[in-house]
Amino acid sequence: MKFSEQWLREWVNPEIDTQELVDQLTLAGLEVDGAEAVAGKFSGIVVGQVVTREQHPDADKLSLCQVTDGTETFQIVCGAANVREGLKIPFAKIGAVLPGDFKIKKAKLRGVESFGMLCAEAELGMAESSDGLMELPDSATVGMDFREYLNLDDTVIEVDLTPNRADCLSIAGLAREVGVLSRTAVTAPEFAPVAPAIDDVASIEVSASDACPRYLGRVVKGVNVKAETPLWMVEKLRRSGIRSIDPVVDITNFVLLELGQPMHAFDLNRIEGGIRVRMAEQGEKLTLLDGQEVELTADTLVIADHAKPLAMAGVMGGEHSGVNEETQDLLLEAAFFNPISIAGRARNYGLHTDSSHRFERGVDYNIARTAMERATQLVLDICGGQPGPVTEVASEADLPKAADITLRRKRIEQVLSLTMADDEVTDILVRLGMNTEASEEGWAVTAPSYRFDMAIEADLIEELARIYGYNRLPVRTPAAATPLAKAPESRMAIRDLRRQMIARGFQEAITYSFVEPELQKALDPEREALALLNPISAEMSVMRTTLLTGLVSAASYNLKRQQPRVRLFETGLRFVPEADGLKQIPTLAMLVCGNRLTQSWSEQEAPVDFFDLKGDVEALLARGGDASAYRFEVAQHPALHPGQSARILKNGQPIGWIGALHPATQKKVGVKQALFVAELDLEAIRDIAVPSYEDISKFPEMRRDLALVVAQDVPVDAVLSGIRAKAGEYLIKLNLFDVYVGKGIDPDRKSLALGLTWQHPSRTLTDEEVNDSVSSVLAHLEDSLGATLRG
Amino acid sequence: MENLEALTQQALAAVAAAGDIAALDQVRVQYLGKKGEISALMKNLGNVAPEDRPKIGAVINEARDQVQNALNERKTALETEALNAKLASETVDVTLPGRGVQEGSLHPVTRTLERIEGFFANAGYQVAEGPEVEDDFHNFEALNIPSHHPARAMHDTFYFDASTLLRTHTSPVQVRTMESQQPPIRIICPGRVYRCDYDQTHSPMFHQVEGLLVDKGISFADLKGTIQEFLSVFFERDLVIRLRPSYFPFTEPSAEIDIEWVIETPEGTKRRWLEVGGCGMVHPEVFKHVNIDPEEYTGFAFGMGVERLAMLRYGVNDLRLFFENDLRFLQQFK
Repeated sequence: MKFSEQWLREWVNPEIDTQELVDQLTLAGLEVDGAEAVAGKFSGIVVGQVVTREQHPDADKLSLCQVTDGTETFQIVCGAANVREGLKIPFAKIGAVLPGDFKIKKAKLRGVESFGMLCAEAELGMAESSDGLMELPDSATVGMDFREYLNLDDTVIEVDLTPNRADCLSIAGLAREVGVLSRTAVTAPEFAPVAPAIDDVASIEVSASDACPRYLGRVVKGVNVKAETPLWMVEKLRRSGIRSIDPVVDITNFVLLELGQPMHAFDLNRIEGGIRVRMAEQGEKLTLLDGQEVELTADTLVIADHAKPLAMAGVMGGEHSGVNEETQDLLLEAAFFNPISIAGRARNYGLHTDSSHRFERGVDYNIARTAMERATQLVLDICGGQPGPVTEVASEADLPKAADITLRRKRIEQVLSLTMADDEVTDILVRLGMNTEASEEGWAVTAPSYRFDMAIEADLIEELARIYGYNRLPVRTPAAATPLAKAPESRMAIRDLRRQMIARGFQEAITYSFVEPELQKALDPEREALALLNPISAEMSVMRTTLLTGLVSAASYNLKRQQPRVRLFETGLRFVPEADGLKQIPTLAMLVCGNRLTQSWSEQEAPVDFFDLKGDVEALLARGGDASAYRFEVAQHPALHPGQSARILKNGQPIGWIGALHPATQKKVGVKQALFVAELDLEAIRDIAVPSYEDISKFPEMRRDLALVVAQDVPVDAVLSGIRAKAGEYLIKLNLFDVYVGKGIDPDRKSLALGLTWQHPSRTLTDEEVNDSVSSVLAHLEDSLGATLRG
Repeated sequence: MENLEALTQQALAAVAAAGDIAALDQVRVQYLGKKGEISALMKNLGNVAPEDRPKIGAVINEARDQVQNALNERKTALETEALNAKLASETVDVTLPGRGVQEGSLHPVTRTLERIEGFFANAGYQVAEGPEVEDDFHNFEALNIPSHHPARAMHDTFYFDASTLLRTHTSPVQVRTMESQQPPIRIICPGRVYRCDYDQTHSPMFHQVEGLLVDKGISFADLKGTIQEFLSVFFERDLVIRLRPSYFPFTEPSAEIDIEWVIETPEGTKRRWLEVGGCGMVHPEVFKHVNIDPEEYTGFAFGMGVERLAMLRYGVNDLRLFFENDLRFLQQFK
C-alpha cells in the first residue's frame, strides 16, 4: 500500500522524522519498500497563468506567451503543445531552481527573450515522464508558491503488507499501528452522522447472508457528477497511486484508502426493483466496469437487482449500473463480505482489485456505517444532493465473532524465554485495542473487529514479541541432546560420490528440472514427459525424464563458446510417469566430449571415446566395493549409437545406460562433436558393500596366460563370464591384457590375451588342478563361443 | 728397497690417472692384488733377515696403506663423479606441468549447501529430502495455507493439475518428516524449489535450505541463537543480524532475517540490510496436522535461499549464472 506521509500525520504525528518512521514500520513487520519525495527539490516556482499566447515569429513549434504571477507579467517562450490562453501552470521564474540544481536564467530562444519557464510534471520530479505542461485547475490561486499550493513537502511511503495485516490497508489502520509503536495519540477526523433529508430508500434483500452478513445502502438524490474533485483529494489519491476519475468514484476510493472499507456507488435509476445480494447462477453473464464480460460461476457472490447481476460483490462493479455521465441519483453501498466468500474469486476471473485485496484478507466488520456516513458527507460536500436514510441488513449470526483467547503467562515464557511483567503485557495488548481481563494463569483477551489475524494464543504472543521488539528478545544456543547421527556404511555419501566425479575431472552442473519438449523427446523418445499447466515458457514446459536433456544443452552451450573439452555431471531427480504413478528417481548423469585430456606437452591430443567414459563409470562403481555386481550388456537405446551403447546392470537389474549419442539425436540437439553420456540410478549405485576381511593366503599363486581366438562379434564379457564359470573357485584374478586383430588371425576373428591366476587359501595348488581348470575353461569356451587357442 | 719408493709413486700416479672404477680396480689388482707388485714385496719379506723384517715390513705396510687410501679416495671421488654424471643426465625441467591434472569442481550451489549441511550436521541435524513434484496437502494445507488463502499469492506455483504441483519451498519435507517421526527432531532440508517467476532477480528454479528443530522447551531465543551462529559461521565474520516481524502461515511468531552487509567503497563504508531468509516458531496448527502435541513440544523452523547466500559469499552478481552452466563460471569454484 502506498500512502502520503502527510496524510498519515494528519491522523497521528509522532515526533520522529521520515526515516525513523520508515524504520519503525519496517521493524514492526510493515516492511517499507520505498519512501520517495512527492516532488523533486525545487524552489521559486509559483502558480502562473497564461495571459496571451501567440506563435513564435521564427519557430513553428514554439509559442510566445505572456504569463502572470498575479502581480507582474513575463514574456515566456514555450515549446509545449498544450499551452493556451487562460491555462494555469507551475511557473519557474528567473532565479528558480529545478531538480538537478538547474537554475532558471533569462534565455533567448530563436531570437526572442524568455523570462522563465513553464513546467511539466517530469521537470519537477513529480512523474517519470509527462506529455506537455502540468495543467492546474482553474481554482488554483495565481501567484501562490507551487510547493505550498500542492503541499509537495511530502513523502510517498510504500509498505509491503503481509496478508495477515489487512487492518493496515488504510490510513486509519496505519495510524493506529504507528500510534501503538510510537505511543502517540491518534486523532481521527470527526465524522458526524448525516441526517437524512429525504425518505427514499432502495429495497435490499440478502439471500446469501453467510457470504454477506452486513449490507448497507443509502440513496442520495440529485448529485452533480460533473463537479470537480477537490485538489486535496486528488492529491491524496494520486500519492496512493490512484488516478482521479470522477467525484463519486474518487470519494469511494478515498474512503477505501482512509478507512479501509471498499464502497461502491450505483446509478439508482439503473437498478430494477431493488438490491438482491445472492450467489450467482452458473453461467450468468456480467459486464464489468473494465468492459470485460464474464461468465459467472455459482460460487461467486453478486449484487443483483430483480432482473440481473449488477456487480461482482467485493471485487468489481458492473459497467451498466455504475456511475456515468447522466447519473443523478446514487445508491451507495458499504458491506461486509466474508473473506472466505471472496477469497480466490477475483483470481478465478483473472482479476485483482483494491476491493478484493481487502475483502479477501478481512475488512473491519464494524466499520461499514462509519464509512457510509463519511462517504455521504463527502458526496454532499462535493456533488451536492439529498441523502436518504441508511438501510442496513445484517445477520448477527453470520458476522465474525471476536475470538476469546486465553493467554497464559507461562506460555509467553515458554515461547519467548522471557519473563514479561504483567503490566507490560497488559499495556501492549490494550494499546493494540484488545479487550483484556486478568485471570489467574494470565489474561482473557478479545481482539478488536479489525484484527482478523488474532485467533489463538500464539498470535497474541507474536504481538507481544513484535511490540516489545524482536531484537530485544533473549538469545541462546539450543542444548544438544540428540543421539549420534546414523551414517550407514553401506550407503555411499552423496558428497563422496561427487568428490569422485570431481577427481576424475568432471564439473558439476545444475540444470533446470523443466525442459524443452522437443529436446526431451529426442533424448527419450519412448516416454511421455509430465507437462506443466502454467510453464514460464515453452522451453521450460515439461519435466525431464532424463538428466541428459540438461547436460546435452549445457555441453552445447559450452562447445559454442570454444570449450575444447567438456566433462559434466549432475545429480538430481528425473520424473518418470508410470502406470502406477509418477516416479521421482534420484539420478546421476554424466557427459564427456571433445579432447580426452587438456592439451599438454606430455600427451598426444585425442578425442574421447566410449571407453573413456566407461572407465569413469567403472571407477565410480568400483568405489562400491563390489565391482563384480555390475555388468555392461549390449543393448539398443533409441537415442544412442546402436554400436556404442550398453545397458548397465547391477545384480542382473538394469540401473542405467552408457553410450555415444546417436548421430541423428546429435543432429537434433545441434552438436557436431561426438557426445558420450551415461545415466545411472543413484540409489542403486549408492548401495555399497561393507568390507569383510578374508585371510591372506600364504600359498603361491599359479598363473596361466591364454591366447583365445573368437569371432569378432563375441563380447569379451561372454568370454570372461565363461572363464569365471569354469575356472573353479580358486581363480582369484582374471585379466584381459591384449586384444589383437590382424595378421595371423582370421579376418572375422580376434585374439584375446588373458591372464588367469589361481590361489588356494590353505594349501599349494598342484599343476594338475590348474591344468584341469584350464582344460574345462577351454572346452566350455569352445562349445559355447567357438573359441580356440591361438596356434 | 729404493724401488719401493719408486713403486709407491708409480702406484699413486696410476691411481690418480685411473679414469673410471674399472681402471681403478685394475690399478688395485696391479699393485695390491694377490699377485700385485706391492703385495709381492710383502711376500718376499721371508727372504729378508729376520731382524730386519719388522722394520722393512712396516715400511711396506706403510706404502701399501698409502696406496690403499689413495685407492679409496679415488674410488669415492670416481663414484661421486659417476653419480653426479648420472644425476645430471637424469635432470628434468621440474617447472613443466605435471601429468594428468584434471580436477573438476562442485557447482557453487552444492558447495554452499555442503558447507551448510556440515555446520548443522555437527549440531546433530540430519539431512532430510523429499519429492519435488508435491501434492497440495504437503506444500500448502498441512502448512496452514488452505486453498484461497491470500498467502498462496506469495507463492507463484507451477501446477500439473488441481492438486499436484512443484514444491514452492522445502517445507513439505518438514511435514513429511514430522508425519513419520516424533520429536526430538532436528533436520535440515536442502533442495530445489520452484516459483513461477522469471526476471533478473528471480529464477523459476532455485534452492532452499530449511531447518527444523522440535523438542521440549525450544523457544524463540533458541531460534535467534541458531540463526546468529549459523550466519556468522557461514560468512566467517561477526555479523549483525536483525529479525523483522513477518508473516508465514506455518510459523508464529514469524520473522524475516536481515544481515547487515558492510561494503568498503572509495567513498567510505556503506551498510545496508539484506534479507537472507525467513524463520519462526512452528505454528500449533502445523503440529496438529502431523499429530505432535503443541503443548508438549515447541519448535522453530527457518529457510534461506541458497543462491542468495552463495551470491553474497562469493560475490556472484547475477542469479542467472547459476543455471547457465558456463564452464568459465563453474571452474571458478575449485
